Amino acid sequence: LANNRKIRQGKLRLQKWYVPLSDPQKKKISREVIQMVLARKPKMCSFLEWRDLKIVYKRYASLYFCCAVEDQENELITLEIIHRYVELLDKYFGSVCELDIIFNFEKAYYILDEFILGGEAQETSKKIVLKAIEQADMLQEEAEAPRSVLEEIGLT
Amino acid sequence: MSGPFLPSVASAEDSGCFLVSLRLRMPAPIRLRELIRTIRTARTQAEEREMIQKECAAIRSSFREEDNTYRCRNVAKLLYMHMLGYPAHFGQLECLKLIASQKFTDKRIGYLGAMLLLDERQDVHLLMTNCIKNDLNHSTQYVQGLALCTLGCMGSSEMCRDLAGEVEKLLKTSNSYLRKKAALCAVHVIRKVPELMEMFLPATKNLLSEKNHGVLHTSVVLLTEMCERSPDMLTHFRKLVPQLVRILKNLIMSGYSPEHDVSGISDPFLQVRILRLLRILGKSDDDSSEAMNDILAQVATNTETSKNVGNAILYETVLTIMDIKSESGLRVLAINILGRFLLNNDKNIRYVALTSLLKTVQTDHNAVQRHRSTIVDCLKDLDVSIKRRAMELSFALVNGNNIRGMMKELLYFLDSCDPEFKADCASGVFLAAEKYAPSKRWHIDTIMRVLTTAGSYVRDDSVPNLIQLITNSVEMHAYTVQRLYKALLDDISQQPLVQVASWCIGEYGDLLVSGQCEEEEPIQVTEDEVLDVLEGLLVSNLSTPVTRGYSLTAIMKLSTRFSSVNRIKKVVSIYGSSIDVELQQRAVEYNALFKKYDHMRPALLERMPIMEKTATNGPTEIVQTNGETESSDSKHMPSIAQPANQANDLLDLLGGHDVGPVIQTALPTKPASAGGELLDLLGDLSLSGGPAPSPTPSVTISQPPFLLDGLSSQPLFNDTAAGIPPMTAYNKNGLKIEFTFERSNPNPNISVITIHASNTTEADMTDFVFQAAVPKTFQLQLLSPSSNVVPALNQGNITQVIRVLNPQKQQLRMRIKLTYTYKGAPVQDLAEVNNFPPQSWQ
Repeated sequence: LANNRKIRQGKLRLQKWYVPLSDPQKKKISREVIQMVLARKPKMCSFLEWRDLKIVYKRYASLYFCCAVEDQENELITLEIIHRYVELLDKYFGSVCELDIIFNFEKAYYILDEFILGGEAQETSKKIVLKAIEQADMLQEEAEAPRSVLEEIGLT
Repeated sequence: MSGPFLPSVASAEDSGCFLVSLRLRMPAPIRLRELIRTIRTARTQAEEREMIQKECAAIRSSFREEDNTYRCRNVAKLLYMHMLGYPAHFGQLECLKLIASQKFTDKRIGYLGAMLLLDERQDVHLLMTNCIKNDLNHSTQYVQGLALCTLGCMGSSEMCRDLAGEVEKLLKTSNSYLRKKAALCAVHVIRKVPELMEMFLPATKNLLSEKNHGVLHTSVVLLTEMCERSPDMLTHFRKLVPQLVRILKNLIMSGYSPEHDVSGISDPFLQVRILRLLRILGKSDDDSSEAMNDILAQVATNTETSKNVGNAILYETVLTIMDIKSESGLRVLAINILGRFLLNNDKNIRYVALTSLLKTVQTDHNAVQRHRSTIVDCLKDLDVSIKRRAMELSFALVNGNNIRGMMKELLYFLDSCDPEFKADCASGVFLAAEKYAPSKRWHIDTIMRVLTTAGSYVRDDSVPNLIQLITNSVEMHAYTVQRLYKALLDDISQQPLVQVASWCIGEYGDLLVSGQCEEEEPIQVTEDEVLDVLEGLLVSNLSTPVTRGYSLTAIMKLSTRFSSVNRIKKVVSIYGSSIDVELQQRAVEYNALFKKYDHMRPALLERMPIMEKTATNGPTEIVQTNGETESSDSKHMPSIAQPANQANDLLDLLGGHDVGPVIQTALPTKPASAGGELLDLLGDLSLSGGPAPSPTPSVTISQPPFLLDGLSSQPLFNDTAAGIPPMTAYNKNGLKIEFTFERSNPNPNISVITIHASNTTEADMTDFVFQAAVPKTFQLQLLSPSSNVVPALNQGNITQVIRVLNPQKQQLRMRIKLTYTYKGAPVQDLAEVNNFPPQSWQ
C-alpha cells in the first residue's frame, strides 16, 4: 500500500492516498514527509524511515516523487514503479515538464489510476496503459458536445 | 420575470419586430486552465486566498443553480483548489451527481473527486454504492474501470460487502482489462472485509493460466494477499508452485519482449511479485522449497546487475532464499549476492544489502562474517541510514576473535559520528567489551576511550555498571584511577565520566597519590591536588547535582585514605549548609561521622568488596538498604551484593587485612541514643538508623527472607536450646562476651546466638558496637542490640541476637570486632571465635 506524492519545493502537485485518513491528518503527514524529503542531500540514498513506513523517493528535475510503503516492501522495485509512472507521463505529455502536471493535474491522476489500483500496479505494460488512456480520452471528446461561442458568453 | 440580467421580454406584437427572446444567465464559469493560470499570478498568500474565495463563491452559486452543464468544470476547479489546501467539502455531493451522470467526462471527474474528497468516514459515500453498482455493469469498459478503480481505492467495508458479488463476477470475465482491475479490487475487499475471502476462491482457479501480464501480476497479488491471511489458503495454493516456477522461468528464458522489457529484463514487476509469492509458499515447507530451488539459483546467477531493475529482482530473490528452507549452497549464494551489493556504487543497493544482512546475521552468522570488512567500511558512508545499519551489523559481528580490530573501527566511528548515534554506539561498545575483552587493561582502556570521547552521551545506567566493572578489576585499580584522574584534568563537562572518575578517586585515591601504577608511568600528584580537583567539581556549574553528590562522597572517603583530614572536614562542614538538599544531607551525615562516629569511619569508608551483578545487562537492581529515603543513592550505590556474597568475600578479606570489612549492626533505636538527631534528619527508617548508613560502602543489613522466618526481631534473652552449652567468646580488659545458643524452629540450618556483653571494670563502656563476620559458606544477620552501654561493674548486660545460616553444616567460626569508648578514649579490638560447641552448628 502506498501514498504517492509529487512535491515541488514544498508545493504539492499531486497526492494519492490508499488508506482512509482525515484531511487534517493528510495535511500533517504531507507536511512532515515534504520536510524530510527536502532535507535530504544528494549523496543520500533514496529511502527514508518514517514511523512504521518507508518513504521511497526520487527526484526528476524540479519534482520529487515519493511513495510511502510498508516495511516489507521491496524498495528497489518501488523505485522502478516511480520511474514507470514518470515514463508514462513523459510519453503522454511528450517530454513532460512540471507545468504539464500543474495545468493537467486531472490527466496525471487518470494516468496514475490506470497504472496503479489500490496501491498495487495493475498493468506492467507501458503500451497498454497508454492505450487505455488514449481510448478514454477519445470517449471524453465524443461525450463533450462542442460549445458555441454564444454558450460560452452566457447566451444560449 | 425581471432583474438585472433579465431584460423584459418584448412581445412580437408590441414592437412589431421579431425578437428572439434572450435569457441572459451568469457568464459561463471560467475554465479550469484559466483558473489555474489566474491563481498562479497571485504574488502573496493573501492574494491567492482572495482569488480562491471569489471562485469558490461563484462555484457555490453555480452548484445551487443545479447547472448540469458546468458542474464538471466546477468540480475540477474545486479539486485543484483542494490540492492547494483549501476546503472543498461543499463539492462532495456534486461529485456524486457527476458519477450518476451519463456523460463519460462527468463520470471521470466525478470519480476522481470522490477519491479525493470523500472517504469512508463520511456518510455521503454510501450514496455512491448504487452508482458504482450500475457502472460495474456498464456497457463501456472504461466506465466499469472507473468504478472498479474507485471501489478498490476507497471503498468502505459496507460498500465492499454490497458490491463484492459484482467484483467476483468481473474476476471471471475474459476481458483482461477488467479482470486485472477486478483482482486488485478483490484485494481491497478482502482487506476491508476478510470474511469475504472465501467467495473469491473459485474465481482464482485459472487466473495463472492467463497470458496477459496485467492479469498475471494482479492475480499474483491477490493470491499473495489470500495466502498471507489464511493458513488454509496457503496450504491450498501450494500446489501452484510448479506453475509459478514455470511462469518465472519463461520470463527469464524468453527473448526480448518489447512490451514488457525494462533494461533487458522481461517484466521485472511480475518477476518480483512471483518471487514474493514463492517465498510465502515455500516458507516452512520442504517440498515447495525444493521445487523452487533451481529457479531461484537460476535467477540469482543469470540476472543482469548493471541496473537497478536487475538488482531489485536479485534483492527479492535473496529475501526468498533466506526465508524458505533452501539448501546451504543457495544460502551462501544469497549472502554473497548481498556481499556484492555492499560493494556497489549505488547507495540504494548498499542500503538494502545492509538491511538484509541485519536480518540474516543471526541465522547465517559465519557467512555474514566473511563480509565483515566491507560492512565496517560502510561505517564511513555519508548516508545516515547506511551508517546506522552498518553500526548495528558491526556490533552483531563482534566476537572474541575480531574484537580488537572491530573495536578500533567502532571507536573511530564513535569519535566522528553524528550525535544521534553516540548513545547507541557507546552502549554497544560497552556490551561488546564486557563480553569479549581480551584483557582487563584493554577493557579499562576501552571504557576510558568511550567516556572521554562520548562521555556525555553515555546512558545513565552505564555509570553503575562501569563502577562495578572497575571495582572487580582489582589489579587495574591504580591504572584506572590514574587515567580517570588525568581525564578529569582535561575535561569536567561530561557527567558520566566525571561521576565514574569521582567515585574511583574516592575509592582508590590512596593508590593515586602513592604512585603505584604499574601499567604506565605513575604520575606525581599530591593529596591537595586531588582534593582541589574534587572540590572543583563541587563548585563547577558544569556539574549536575548527582555529580556533586559523587564528588562530596569521594572527598569524604578520602578522609580514611589521605592524611589531610582537616581539609576534608572543612569541606564537609561547608556543604552542611548547601542549598542543594541532597548535598546538605550528605554533608551533615558526614559531619556527624566525623564528630560522633569517628571510630566507625574507617569501617564505613572502606574499600568496596567485589560486587556481583544482580542483573545480566542493563540497569542493575539496587537492593535498598535502610535508606529508602535516599533514592539518589540508587545512582550512587552500585548494585549491592546480597549478604551471602558479602560473606563470600569477607573471609578472604578477613585473612589478609588488618581491618576486614564487617557487617555492621544496626544501632539501638532508643531515642536517647546517639542516633537520635540523625534519625530525625533521615526521616522514617525501617530499621534503626545508623549514622549515614546509606552512603557507606559496607553493606548494612538487608534481611533475606529466609532468615526471618518465624522469629520476631526482639532480642531473646537467655534462651538456651536443650543441651547446647553457652560459651565465652571474648574476655579482655574487663569486657566479657558470652554466647548462648538456640536452634531456630522452622529452619534447623539456622542457629540463633545471643551475645551477652558485660563489664567488670569501674567505668562504663559507652558507644559499644559489636560486629561480626563469618566464612563464606555461612550467612549472618545481626539484630538490634539492647543498648550501646555496657554498665560498669556488671550492673547490666548488652544483649544482641545473631542469626547464622549454616546450610552446609560446616564448623562455625567467627571474627568479631568490638568498639567502644572507655573513659573518654576509643577502644577497638578484633578477635577470632573458634570455640563454638559442635552442637551449635551440627
